[in-house]
Amino acid sequence: MTGDYANAGYDEFVAAVAEGEAYYLECANGHGELPPRRVCPECGSTEFTEEPLPAAGEVRTYTVTHVAAPSFADDAPYVTAIADFGPVRITAQLRGIDPDDVETGMSVGLGVETTETTGADLLVVRPR
Amino acid sequence: MSDVRIAGVGLTRFGEFPDRTSRDLFAEASGAAIEDAGIDRSDVEALFYGNFMGALAEHQGHQGPLMAEAAGVSAPATRFESACCSSGVAVREAVKRVRNGETDVLLVGGAERMTNMGTAGATEALAIAADDLWEVRAGMNFPGAYALMARAYFEEYGGSQEDLAHVAVKNHFNALENEMAQYQKEITVDDVLEAPTVSDPIGLYDSCPISDGAAAVVLVSDEYAREQGIDAPVAVTGTGQGGDRMALHDRDHLARSPAADFAAEEAYDDAGVGPDDVEVAEVHDCFTVAEVLAIESLGLFEVGEGIDAARRGETSHDGAVPVNLSGGLKAKGHPVGATGASQIAELTSLLRGDHVNSEHVEDATCGVAHNAGGTVASCVVHVLEVAQ
Repeated sequence: MTGDYANAGYDEFVAAVAEGEAYYLECANGHGELPPRRVCPECGSTEFTEEPLPAAGEVRTYTVTHVAAPSFADDAPYVTAIADFGPVRITAQLRGIDPDDVETGMSVGLGVETTETTGADLLVVRPR
Repeated sequence: MSDVRIAGVGLTRFGEFPDRTSRDLFAEASGAAIEDAGIDRSDVEALFYGNFMGALAEHQGHQGPLMAEAAGVSAPATRFESACCSSGVAVREAVKRVRNGETDVLLVGGAERMTNMGTAGATEALAIAADDLWEVRAGMNFPGAYALMARAYFEEYGGSQEDLAHVAVKNHFNALENEMAQYQKEITVDDVLEAPTVSDPIGLYDSCPISDGAAAVVLVSDEYAREQGIDAPVAVTGTGQGGDRMALHDRDHLARSPAADFAAEEAYDDAGVGPDDVEVAEVHDCFTVAEVLAIESLGLFEVGEGIDAARRGETSHDGAVPVNLSGGLKAKGHPVGATGASQIAELTSLLRGDHVNSEHVEDATCGVAHNAGGTVASCVVHVLEVAQ
């Protein structure tokens, strides 16, 4: 619970995705990370640059959640997917496709929508 | 370096006891362990206590001294938190403390009160073991996380929901005579496959229940055991701990648990044994697929071959290496903070010969316990051996 305060780093990322300007942090050795990050957990580099997130991601794995926690109760059933976007991986809700038709390897794009249950911002991937 | 002996073990029954406070649960389990050990309470020099969600479930922080008081122990006390391996980590730190000679008698255990929050509330509370910003806000919960891993496993190595169902059937069977288990009820493969889907391909019967309960173990140095004439035939001979990236999506392998690989190797090296020496195992089967990942990380099966071990009967009570003779988290229950210590308690009883299922491992002298936290971003492995 962070009350009315932002989660600096995360909130800016979500806002950037909403504006179609999604980015990731690339360390000096080419590892991709999500913000906020001061040290690369893969190699210890402390030098990061913001790089544009690839427009197309690829679904690595997914699940259709039928029994949700209260904060997602009205969203169920919904698809949760892990997608590769170049050097970073993102967990997001997969929308815009019948859950029965989802396949690993399918191409998706990242956006920001809201949850059905609470109206909170939500990272979403849709087929592209 | 002192050898570490398990002088006594104690458990509450695991189940739905929404009215029972965790202090009362831990008082019962620790009392049973101290009685089993036959030591004086006044000899206990420290309490290491595992708990995960007490701040949410009971609005209670600073639980160390509260639990020492409940146990009737006048000693410094510390709470350990590492999600579902909170008391596994507590056991590991206790083992190191006894080994280095600093402490001769240590009470270690854990408790969790969960069912008072209801299924939905407990599911939401459990989710805080995942990355709040990058996983939970996207709607990932723990059944969902293990479902992501199960699908990745199927795609990489093959296997089916029916293979996983055999894990649940086996563990329910093992718990039939275990009076400390939440479920003493036999189930069939069809029951598992026909149960409601929680997060595809994980169904209701692939999932451990939400449980209340406590577990405790008394660890002593072998010098203390000798001097006091305490019968403590089982020793903790190996301990290991592994860690990994917090969020599942940041792992190289979604169908494997590298933190458990590391913990197992460290524990085996520490004990001077290998997977071939293991005769019985208690592993962290919070979901059926988790048992598959565990037995592969422990080296009991090759990667990609653990999936149908239960179906082939190799991990059943009469198999080559019985896994989860207690019933596991699946049937015995999973009061999160108590689970790691309860595995040590069950394994000790199995090896001592006083467990209801000891008859299946009569000649066993070496067992292993595997306790995982989150999506295995944390893992602790212990090797227990009957001392020569």
